[in-house]
Amino acid sequence: MPAPRLPAWVHAALPPVVLLGLVLLTWQTVAENSGLSAFILPSPVQVAQAAWETRAALGEAVTVTLLETALGLAAALALGVGLAAAMDFSVWLRRALYPLLVASQTVQVLAIAPLLIIWFGFGLLPKVLIVVLVCFFPLAVSTADGLASADPDLVALLRAMGATRGQIWRLVRLPAALPGFFSGLRVAVTYSVVGATIGEWVGGTAGLGLYLLRSKNALATDQVFVAIVITSALSIALFLLVGLIERTALPWYYSRQRARQWEESGIY
Amino acid sequence: MPPKVELIGVSKAFHGDGLTLRALDDVSFAAAPGEFLTIIGPSGSGKSTLFNLIVGLLQPDAGEIRLDGQAAPARLGRVGYMPQKDLLLPWRSVLDNVTLAPELRGVTRAAARERARELLPLFGLETFADAYPAALSGGLRQRAALLRTLMTEREVLLLDEPFGALDALTRRELQDWLLTLWTRFRQTILFITHDVEEALYLGDRVLVLSARPARVVKTLTVALPRPRRQGLQALPEFGRQVAELLEALGIAV
Repeated sequence: MPAPRLPAWVHAALPPVVLLGLVLLTWQTVAENSGLSAFILPSPVQVAQAAWETRAALGEAVTVTLLETALGLAAALALGVGLAAAMDFSVWLRRALYPLLVASQTVQVLAIAPLLIIWFGFGLLPKVLIVVLVCFFPLAVSTADGLASADPDLVALLRAMGATRGQIWRLVRLPAALPGFFSGLRVAVTYSVVGATIGEWVGGTAGLGLYLLRSKNALATDQVFVAIVITSALSIALFLLVGLIERTALPWYYSRQRARQWEESGIY
Repeated sequence: MPPKVELIGVSKAFHGDGLTLRALDDVSFAAAPGEFLTIIGPSGSGKSTLFNLIVGLLQPDAGEIRLDGQAAPARLGRVGYMPQKDLLLPWRSVLDNVTLAPELRGVTRAAARERARELLPLFGLETFADAYPAALSGGLRQRAALLRTLMTEREVLLLDEPFGALDALTRRELQDWLLTLWTRFRQTILFITHDVEEALYLGDRVLVLSARPARVVKTLTVALPRPRRQGLQALPEFGRQVAELLEALGIAV
C-alpha cells in the first residue's frame, strides 16, 4: 500500500522540526551526563522550567519589547519607503542620500544606543529609535531598488496609451516595487526585535533586554537561555507573519511557481 | 478621405557618447483608412523607432507626422500600440490586463470588464480570464497583448513584430486570426515584420525600408486576392513578389 501523501506544509516543516528535536535531545543528554553544572550549561528542561517560573516577568517583558518593536517598525516603514520614494523621484536626492544611508549603517548600534539614552532618557523613545535605525535601511534600499526595477518598456507602453505620471506610478512602479519591498521587510523584522532588546540592555526599565541583563547579573544561566529563545522565537514569528502577508498580497508573484508546475504537466 | 497616418519627410537621429546614430532619413508614406500596411526592413533598421515616433514617444528631428490629415504634435494615446514584447503586467490577471486602456481613459471597471468579456472568446482567452500572464503560453500572451491593444479602441493600430517570437505553426494560426479580426473591425493597421512572406500574406501594401538610416526603398501593392488563405504561398504571383521584395532588401535571388 502506498504511503498517504502529506500536505505540502508538512513536507516543508518536517525537516527543521526533526533536526531541532535531535539538537534538543543531544543537548539534554549532554547536560545531564557531562557533569557540567547547570550554571554552565542548563538542560532544555531546566530552561523550560525557568521560563515557567518567571512567566509573569517574562510576559511583561515580551509585551514591552513587542510594543517598542511595533512602533519602531511602523516608523521605519514610513521612513524607509519615504526615502525610497524620494530617491526614486530625483536622481539628485538619490546621489545625496545614498552615501549617507550607507554611512548610517556603519555606525555601531552599541555605540549609538548609550547616546540615545543620554539624549532621550530611559523611556520608550530611544528603543524605538534604535529599532528604526536598524530597520529603515533594508527597507529603503530594497524599496528603492524595487521602484527602479520597473520595466522601462512597460512604462513606455503606458505612456503610449496616454497614461499620466501618477497612473504610471500606481499601475506599474508601485506593484513592481512590492517584491523588493517585502524582501527588505523580511530582513527588517528579523533585526527589529534584537534592536529593541539592545536598547533595553543599554538603558531600559523593562523588556526582554532588561530581563536578560538581570538574569546575567544574577548568574541565572537558564534565564539567559530563556531570553535568547524568546527573542529568536519573536523574530521568527515576525518573519513568518511577513511571509504570510506577502503571499496574500502578491498572489501573482507566487503563481509563477504554479505556472512551472503546469508547464511540467504538459497542459499546453 | 485623408490618410489615417501620414509621414512627411521624417528624420530622426540619436546622440550619445560622442556618436550620432541616424535612425530614419527623410521617410514619407501614408496609410489609407482601413488599410493593412506591412513594413519590412533589415534588423536594426529603425523600424521600432518609426513606431515610437508615430505613437508619440519620440518626436522627429525634421518632418511632420499627421493623423487624419492634421498635423499631430501631441500623439500619446491617439493610436493603439503593441510592442514586440507582450509586456503584460505580471500582477494583473488577463482580464485586468486587457481592460488597462479603458481604465486609463476613465471608463468604469465594470463597463470595461463587460466589453472585455464579450471579446475574450474571439481571442480564445475565455478560460484564462482570471489567470496571471505567467501561467500563459507565448501564443496566448500575444493574443492577450493584442486584445489589450484592440481595447484601446483606436482606429490606428501599430503592431511591432507581434508574432516574431512564436513557432511557425502558431504564427500561421495567429496570422489568419488577425486577418479575421481586421476584417471585422477594419482598423488601419501598420504591421512591422522581418519576414517577407508574412508581409505579403497579411498586407495590402508592403513598405520596404533600407538599412540604417532607414529610407523607404520600395512600396509594393500586394497582388493577392482577399480573403487570404494559407496555401496562397504556392501561387506564382506570391513567389514573384517575394523575389521582388528580397531584391529590394538587397538580398540576391
